[in-house]
Amino acid sequence: MQEYLSTFISSIFVENMIFAYFLGMCSYLAVSKNVKTAMGLGVAVAFVLTVTLPINYLLENYVLKAGALSWLGEQFDSVNLSFLSFIIFIAVIASMVQLIEMVMEKFMPALYSSLGIFLPLIAVNCAIMGGSLFMQQKAFANVGMATVYGLGSGIGWLLAIIGIAAIREKLQYSDIPKPLKGLGMAFILTALMGFGFMSFSGIKI
Amino acid sequence: MALKNKEIFLNPLGKNNPVTVQMLGVCSALAVTSKLEPSIVMAISVIAVLALANVVISLLRNTIPGRIRIIVQLVVVAALVTIVNEVLKAFAYDVSKQLSVFIGLIITNCIVMGRLEAFALGNKPWPAFLDGVGNGLGYGIILIIVGFFRELLGSGTLFGIKVIPEAFYEMGYENNGLMILPPMALIVVACIIWVQRAKDKDLQEKN
Repeated sequence: MQEYLSTFISSIFVENMIFAYFLGMCSYLAVSKNVKTAMGLGVAVAFVLTVTLPINYLLENYVLKAGALSWLGEQFDSVNLSFLSFIIFIAVIASMVQLIEMVMEKFMPALYSSLGIFLPLIAVNCAIMGGSLFMQQKAFANVGMATVYGLGSGIGWLLAIIGIAAIREKLQYSDIPKPLKGLGMAFILTALMGFGFMSFSGIKI
Repeated sequence: MALKNKEIFLNPLGKNNPVTVQMLGVCSALAVTSKLEPSIVMAISVIAVLALANVVISLLRNTIPGRIRIIVQLVVVAALVTIVNEVLKAFAYDVSKQLSVFIGLIITNCIVMGRLEAFALGNKPWPAFLDGVGNGLGYGIILIIVGFFRELLGSGTLFGIKVIPEAFYEMGYENNGLMILPPMALIVVACIIWVQRAKDKDLQEKN
């Protein structure tokens, strides 16, 4: 139980997708102008992460990894399909995003139309692909851990985008050097928030 | 899209730079730039993937059905990135270990998707190739500038060779360890944006 908790906490704060690895920066910078849409995108990203990570974990461990196909029979022991992992992972992510898009359009049309183009763009959000690749690198012990990791990184991403959106809303009224307005300031703010989040790296649970 | 080929190639280097103006591909760019060498390898990989993907999609542009184009694009890009990854593992194993997951993340690099959507789907293969190389170079320049400053100020080396003379250290110069940390990459990019937008007033944002 304890290791679930520690994976969860560390994926939110210590290994925060945005502040520690800079993943998903493009949509993070583009959609963080107001809190409401930032919230919508953040929830969608967190959801896709939580769903795709366990699926990719199962694929990785029962299909792709060296020797993963041995459950089919002994002659498959030597099969190593790991070079296919990029294509398989991205296919899973793209189809999940498509599915969520269809579900949202049917049941939550208001949120669907407010997110617009950014919903399909989740498929190319590096935070999600990064989640799967880090999962592959970390070699978690079971599906539960992978799910917890996905949920935690999703929540971390959500926290980050809400935080920066709130700051940028206030920033409209401040006097910034003209060339730094908008994008430049968003970069600097992210860096400062990143330094803040680094102070979590001492935490061990 | 009636740009001349020369403009297609040169625009992304300055006025329409993918990282500082189009705001694409920031994600995987920053984490690899703490040293110069991985930055250059990353830049070359992205140029190769971007140029080839642009050509392939441009050749296929009339046969891809609109509804499934995102998946087709992702599969083409993923296949190219897989090749790059295998080549790097074979010929530059150390660097490929340093870059770890970030090679895989070229697939989700928004520059690639963005250029495929915005350019390759509507243009002939030769301009598409130039657009790919141009945007890749524009991205690479930023990567190399950031990598250069971070390695020079952070560890006093370039390509792993000491460039700051010993005499400086004796006079009390210290390496700035802060530059190695990830957030400083953002600050360096912000400085590049600052310089670029101070020179070019058209790029400044209203609020």
